[in-house]
Amino acid sequence: MRARLATWGPALVIVLVAVLPVVWVLKMSLIPRRELFRSPPTVLPDDITLQHYRTVFDDPAFRQGLVNSLIIAGATTLLALVFGALAAYPLARLRFGGRTFIMTGILALAFFPSVAIIAPLFVEFRNLQLLNSYAAVIIVDTVFALPLAVWILTAFFRQLPRDLEDAARMDGATTLQTFRRVIVPIAAPGVFTAGILTFIFAWNEFLFANTFLFDESRWPVTVVIPNFATQYSIDYGGQAAAAIVVTVPLVLLVLVFQRRIVSGLTAGAVKG
Amino acid sequence: MTSVATRPDAPGGDVAAAPRRRRMTRARREERRTALAMLSPAVAVIVAVAFLPVLYTIYLSFHDATVTRTGGWVGFDNYSGALRDEVFRTALANTVIFTVVSVALELALGLAIAVGINRAFRGRGLVRTAVLVPWAFPVVVSALMWRLMLQDQVGIITYVVQELGITDSPILGDRWPLMIAAILVDVWKTTPFMALLLLAGLQTIPRDVLEAAEMDGATAWQRFRDVTLPLLRPAILVAVLFRTLEAWSVYDLFWVMTDRRLDSLSTYVYEGVRVSQLQFATGTAAAVLVFISSIVIALVFIKGFGAKTLQEDER
Repeated sequence: MRARLATWGPALVIVLVAVLPVVWVLKMSLIPRRELFRSPPTVLPDDITLQHYRTVFDDPAFRQGLVNSLIIAGATTLLALVFGALAAYPLARLRFGGRTFIMTGILALAFFPSVAIIAPLFVEFRNLQLLNSYAAVIIVDTVFALPLAVWILTAFFRQLPRDLEDAARMDGATTLQTFRRVIVPIAAPGVFTAGILTFIFAWNEFLFANTFLFDESRWPVTVVIPNFATQYSIDYGGQAAAAIVVTVPLVLLVLVFQRRIVSGLTAGAVKG
Repeated sequence: MTSVATRPDAPGGDVAAAPRRRRMTRARREERRTALAMLSPAVAVIVAVAFLPVLYTIYLSFHDATVTRTGGWVGFDNYSGALRDEVFRTALANTVIFTVVSVALELALGLAIAVGINRAFRGRGLVRTAVLVPWAFPVVVSALMWRLMLQDQVGIITYVVQELGITDSPILGDRWPLMIAAILVDVWKTTPFMALLLLAGLQTIPRDVLEAAEMDGATAWQRFRDVTLPLLRPAILVAVLFRTLEAWSVYDLFWVMTDRRLDSLSTYVYEGVRVSQLQFATGTAAAVLVFISSIVIALVFIKGFGAKTLQEDER
């Protein structure tokens, strides 16, 4: 028994600490109001209600927020993958001067404090009449997703066998043709991994959206949530339900793709 | 996961080609042109949306700028204005405390978890999935969840804290409880990331080195301190550097968690630039200070401690 506890103990503690808060909030979202305010609180729910979820989904701003998040995160992912794959291939495979310089420049962006550029971008977007548009947030999100995308894709491109490219060259294909016809198809798993991580990044982004979008109808769900919490400031069940709704798609992504996420996050972090 | 080894066929490692290098062949020229063409879209947007704007921020910070006009040259007035501002100083102090304490805790816990998972104990897959859960959420959602648990009417944590007689006052009211709460949420949320990076580093340490140390009679603690830690140093430095810079520009967490009662450097900039636009110029000066301090932190890690952020074969 003690031996069992020793092998399972650490795992159990870590899992509980990571997951328990989420489970507790899930419980808060499912119990009726009077049980929520009961003291001492119930450990297991006495009663289950979907009332709070109705509050959330009846809120038009929240529904629109989910749609906006999908649009912004979807477009960002697509753009970051195209730009990122185009940049990663030469960084991984081609010979040219200034590779280190360019790679350093792109990766330096991962260290960049976002607030350093919100003032000029605000002014610029205002002049270009892009304030309050999806485009403004998508452009900035794409740029800040690039270090991650380029990093992962470069690591994956390097792992591909060279034979196929050499064969394509022999057959007279240009570099670009080789990239499109040979590399992209076999690198699909790597591209997919980079896509998942970019999507999570863009779905979670808050600062830029909170800066460049004023109109409730454009807000992604990350901006809707704090405002929802202010608006329904004493509807704790509603707030809990809102938190859970935003979380569910991400938890599903993690459950389904955990191996890819881990390999993507640690790609290139280790030599060897 | 093991990713990129230093490969003999990596670009630039083509030693045999050295004598031929003097005259670029047509194929090489084509390769070079294509490389630059493929890189140009990414480089162009990065320069336009990140690097040029930083220069513009620096330019604005020396002017009496507003959202609508650049205004006249004012030298360092905006900087002295920010530094004299009580709110800015509190924000700076908060950011320093938050960064140091949360990164230190994350490193300690992340290391413990990584070492724990690396020993082949049961439930490894389960642990890996579970620790990814907090990582995947938006910060605003974790902040909201914890606020619900810390709330004084329905919060479970507040209930427990009050039952235990630790404090009676609401947690989400005062500066220090708020700070502790913010650190707690950050540690909960980002320790997994730390643990994953460190675990990846641990897995590159060859087992026979540790076994040899064990044969020589080293205790578990000695093996950890004298073998594992030194070999893990590069991974630790990179992970800590990333986390430090991320914590240094903390924004979402303070904004949502504390209901704007606790300022960080980034929320200070945001307040100035976006909320009370009378403070626009001071905000840009504060933004430049955040930027420069981030560079200094990165340089200290890279030059001072020798953190390597690029792989060997990229130099």
